[in-house]
Amino acid sequence: MTSLAFDLPRLLTTAPLLRARRLTKHYGAIPAVAGVDLDVYPGEVLGIVGESGSGKSTILRLLNLEEAPDTGDYTLTIDGYRGRNLFTLDRYDRRALRVRHIGIVYQNPLHGLRMHITSSGNVAERLIMAGERRFATLRNAARDALDASEFPLARMDDIPRRLSGGMQQRVQLAKAIALQPMVLLLDEPTTGLDVSVQALVLDTLKRIQRELHVATIIVSHDLGVIRTLADRVLVMRHGRVVEHGLTDQVLDDPQDAYTQQLVAAKL
Amino acid sequence: MTLAELARPAQDYSYAFLDEFAKREVRRRILKAIAIPGHQVPYASRELPIARGWGTGGLQVTLSIAGPHDIVKVIDQGADDSVNAVNLRRFIARMTGVATTSDAQLATIIQSRHRITEERLREGQVLVLQVPDPEPLRAVEPNISLAREMHADADYALMWLGLYEQVVRFGTFMTGASYPVVVHQRYLMSPSPIPRWDTPMLHQAAHLTLLSAGREKRLYAVPPYTDVRPIEFEDVFFQVENQQGRICEQSGAVNKFMNEIPQPDGSMCYQASDTGYVEKLVRRARGEPVAIGATYYDDDGTFYHPGYLKEQEPDHR
Repeated sequence: MTSLAFDLPRLLTTAPLLRARRLTKHYGAIPAVAGVDLDVYPGEVLGIVGESGSGKSTILRLLNLEEAPDTGDYTLTIDGYRGRNLFTLDRYDRRALRVRHIGIVYQNPLHGLRMHITSSGNVAERLIMAGERRFATLRNAARDALDASEFPLARMDDIPRRLSGGMQQRVQLAKAIALQPMVLLLDEPTTGLDVSVQALVLDTLKRIQRELHVATIIVSHDLGVIRTLADRVLVMRHGRVVEHGLTDQVLDDPQDAYTQQLVAAKL
Repeated sequence: MTLAELARPAQDYSYAFLDEFAKREVRRRILKAIAIPGHQVPYASRELPIARGWGTGGLQVTLSIAGPHDIVKVIDQGADDSVNAVNLRRFIARMTGVATTSDAQLATIIQSRHRITEERLREGQVLVLQVPDPEPLRAVEPNISLAREMHADADYALMWLGLYEQVVRFGTFMTGASYPVVVHQRYLMSPSPIPRWDTPMLHQAAHLTLLSAGREKRLYAVPPYTDVRPIEFEDVFFQVENQQGRICEQSGAVNKFMNEIPQPDGSMCYQASDTGYVEKLVRRARGEPVAIGATYYDDDGTFYHPGYLKEQEPDHR
């Protein structure tokens, strides 16, 4: 006897893992982010698109607790942090949270990697920060994480400066997922790579996202990347969200005038 | 009676060269340093008639704590007879009236650069180490303000990243001298550029160790009977320099820290680096009565705190 009841949509039954409300950040007089609300559900990929200067990367920096916002609430449904506004954490808790639960991949590997430390060392750093003091464990974890991000293991002890751009992004990704974070933040992870490498890195990202079932926010100005990865999408302009919805819906049937321009714009 | 008779006799210098305020400053900082083991205390480092970087830190400490009844030994890279050691010793003796010795057992204050004596120091003795660079985090954090923040947070994770890199690249820890240690489970400390061989000697030592950097204006201390642990992995251990198979050609000493001396035929001969200790061994061999104390490492190379140094299988990569 099978049940005829349909499962309710997941977005109705599960609580969001990440919830941010009224994010606001000014740089001088310039509003970089002006009152943005966003939710990310467990295992979901949220895309943020918009032109340069629309506040996409600022949002990621706020969510990575790199910068303090002017105002805003930010909560993660993670044991120990439930119900706390993460912007009010002291620097010890902030560091612990970032090391344990948030992984980030920057557009520029110089931000995310130590260029004079071996690739495996860059990945191991995460575990060292979390207090691991056994060499064998560090070594194996670094190897596993690099392997998962499809980095050629023969080069795991090369310094990032000697690696190609695609490989550097894979090292960043391995570092981000080394401790299996709850939240993965991707800041234009494939911008600056040529198209064929971009496709490979996107494949890896997609596979890892599915395997780890990690809540992901991807920021990009490339609609192709968003279409490939994101379940839902926010369209931003001048620090505000102009449109949001399911990716296919927004990109195929844009309602807002700016989104229509964005989708129509092709070189 | 004239005014001149009432006044104190004219002196060119204060006792121990430094004026009373300078000595009081150093003594107060020493007390603070002892109270917070391994913590770098800033102090007003004075000008001395030797150049900064040539032992002015150690010299200020020695001058501040020495009294006329002290006996001072000065070591430079293990030797009592190098130019620097001789100059410092002569200056200290002239300015304070202390007696001097090369015997580590007789000395009450031992000022040293780059070595600790092979013979165990005992309670009541003070070891003063000259420090060129007091900041152990310099290698991983060039920004000194951030390094201080890391000390405040006891956030030393980056040091283990450095260890990881060394093991990956070379199979073992490569830091030779001034191997970073954690004092009293709290502060990361540079033990001054003593070889790894000497680093364990600071652990649960009976004597007081004062470390002072004159140019960098920082001093710190390891009080007696304080834990001093070199940084290491739980599965890759700190190792001292291997002295096995080396015999001191002057004294026949084995398993002591040796100087390597290249010979014209390309071979090497070895001399124990601690000349005060060698001198005593030689005198005993001649039949003179000398009291030689127990050493930190016995003739089998076993350290006197059992279990402190751990054996390591060769390759763990």
